Amino acid sequence: MSQHNTPRAGHDAPPQESAPIEAIRLRHPWRAVFAVVLILIAALFIYDTAFNRPVYNWGEVGKYLFDVRIVEGAWYTLQLTVYSMIIAVIIGVTVAVMRQSPNPVVKSVAWVFLWLFRGTPVYVQLVFWGLIPTIYKSIELGIPFTDAVTSLNTKDLLSYFTLAIIGLALNEAAYMAEIVRAGLLSVDKGQEEAATALGLGWWHTMSRVILPQAMRVIIPPTGNEVISMLKTTSLVTAVPFTLDLYGRARDISAVTYQPVPMLICASIWYLAVTSILMVGQYFLEKKFAKGVSQRPDVMKPSVDTQSVRVAGIPDEGYPTYPSSAGGENIVPPHERPGGGGA
Amino acid sequence: MNSHVTDTPMVRAEGVSKAYGSNLVLKSISLEVQRGEVLCLVGPSGSGKSTFLRCINHLETVSAGRLAVDGVLVGYREKDGKLYEMHPREAATQRRDIGMVFQRFNLFPHMTALQNVMIAPSLLKKGDSAKLKARAMELLARVGLADRHDYYPAHLSGGQQQRVAIARALAMEPKLMLFDEPTSALDPELVGEVLDVMQGLAESGMTMIVVTHEMGFAREVADKLVFMDGGVVVEAGDPEQVLTNPQRERTKAFLSKVL
Repeated sequence: MSQHNTPRAGHDAPPQESAPIEAIRLRHPWRAVFAVVLILIAALFIYDTAFNRPVYNWGEVGKYLFDVRIVEGAWYTLQLTVYSMIIAVIIGVTVAVMRQSPNPVVKSVAWVFLWLFRGTPVYVQLVFWGLIPTIYKSIELGIPFTDAVTSLNTKDLLSYFTLAIIGLALNEAAYMAEIVRAGLLSVDKGQEEAATALGLGWWHTMSRVILPQAMRVIIPPTGNEVISMLKTTSLVTAVPFTLDLYGRARDISAVTYQPVPMLICASIWYLAVTSILMVGQYFLEKKFAKGVSQRPDVMKPSVDTQSVRVAGIPDEGYPTYPSSAGGENIVPPHERPGGGGA
Repeated sequence: MNSHVTDTPMVRAEGVSKAYGSNLVLKSISLEVQRGEVLCLVGPSGSGKSTFLRCINHLETVSAGRLAVDGVLVGYREKDGKLYEMHPREAATQRRDIGMVFQRFNLFPHMTALQNVMIAPSLLKKGDSAKLKARAMELLARVGLADRHDYYPAHLSGGQQQRVAIARALAMEPKLMLFDEPTSALDPELVGEVLDVMQGLAESGMTMIVVTHEMGFAREVADKLVFMDGGVVVEAGDPEQVLTNPQRERTKAFLSKVL
C-alpha cells in the first residue's frame, strides 16, 4: 500500500505526474571568499616554513624520519598502546559491571578504584609506578604461620616497560569503566526484566543479554580512547621509560642540539599511526551502527499478516489471522458470537 | 519440599499490598487461581493490575500479605513463623516455573527467534543441544513461526515478536503464564494472531493470568474476570456475568467506556 496516494479523494484515478522543479540555485559567494583567504594564508605559512625558518631544518627531518631508533620508538609506542588498552578494556568492563552489581561491597570497591585513578593525573600516577621498585624493594610470598617464604626482587620482576603499561592501563581502565557503564545503561530496562523473568541469574543476564547489546554504544568511544592512548604514551618518560617514540626523539635531539626537527619527526609518526587508527575506527563504527540505523518499524505488519484475507464483515476492519498460529480449528475470539469487543 | 496435592491453588494471594514509599498501589488483594484456570485482570491504567502481576514472579516485592505460587511463598521462605528473604539464586529458580510475556515483547534483539527461545534452557537446563534445539523449534511451530526461526526480532512484525516472546516464556516449561497487556503495543490487525496463540495455550490447560484490555478475549477465554481499580479488587467473577451485568458503579462506568 502506498501511503502517498491514500489522502487523495479519487484514489482510483492514477496520480498525475507533476513537472519537476527547476529553480535557480541558491548561491553562497562568501564560501568561496573564505576558501580563497584561507588558501592564501596557508600558502604563505608553508612558504615561510619551507624557506625562511632554518630552525625547522627539513633536511634533518628527512634524515631521522626512518632512523632505526625512531622506527623502534614507534614500535614501542604501538606496543604500549595495544597492551595497556587491552588491559584497560578488561579492567574497565569488570569495574563497570561491578558498579552495577547488587552487592554493596563489590560496588564500593569499583567506586574507590574510579575515584582514585580518575581523580589523579596520569603523569603523577606514572611517576608513582616508577617509584614502586624503590618503595617496595622486594615482594615476600609466604604461607602464613610457616617459615616458607620466597622473596622476589621487585626490580627484576617489573621492568620500566611493564610499569609503564600498568600505569597507563589502570588510569585508562577508569575511563573505560565509565564508557562501558554508559553502554550498560543504554540497554533498555525491559531486557534485564525479560532475562530475570526467564529465571536467568545476574551473571547470565549481564554476560548474555546486557553486555552484547551495550557493545554498540561502547565500541565507538573506545576507538577514540585508543587514539588518545597512543598520544598519552609520550608521558611514559615519567616512569622513566625512554624507548618510546617521543623519548627517542628527545634523546637524539639532546645529541644533535636540534630539537625542532626531531619533534616534527615524532609528530609525523604519531599522525601516521593515528590516521591509520582513524580509518579503522571509521569502519568499526559503520559496522556497529548497522543495527541502529536499519531499525524497521516493529509495529508494521509483516508480509505474512498483510497477505491475509479480510474477515467476513468488512466494516470491522479485522483480518483473520494466519492459520499457522495456534491451529486451524480455533475460531478467533472476534469471530465468535460476543467476541471482538468493539 | 512438601508434595502438593492437586487442589492447591496455582496462585493464592491473601491480603497482598504493595507500597512505593507512602504510595499504596495494591491494597490487600486476595484472590485464587486454580490449576488450568485463566484469569483476566482488567481495569483502568494505574489500577495496580500490572504491579500485581509482577509481584507474582517477584519482579516486585510484596509489602504486606502472603503470595504463594503452587503452595510455595514467592520471594520468601517461612520458617517457625518467620519470613526469610530468598537468595536471588533461589528467586531465579522459582521464576523458571513462571513464564512472563511483556507488553513491549522485550525480545533480545541480538539473537534470532530461535536463540531467543533457546537461551534460557541452554543456560539453565542440562541436556544436549540438539534436543534443546528440537524442543525450541517445536515451540516456534506451536506459535506458527517455525519458518521464521532464523529471523532477528527487528525483522519480525509486532505480532510475530510477541508470539516468539510467548514461545520463549514457554521454553522453561512453566506451570503458570503471566501476560502483561500482551496486545496493547500492537497494531489492531496484529492483535488477533497473538490472542489466537494465547487461546490455544489456554485450551491446552495452561494456568494463565492475563492483564488485558481485550474484553472479547476475556469473555471468551477467561474462567474468571477480576476488575481492579485504585489498587483494590472491585469486582470478580464469571466474565460473562461481570461484563454484562456488573454490580458496582465503578465497574459499570469503566465497562461503558471500553465495551
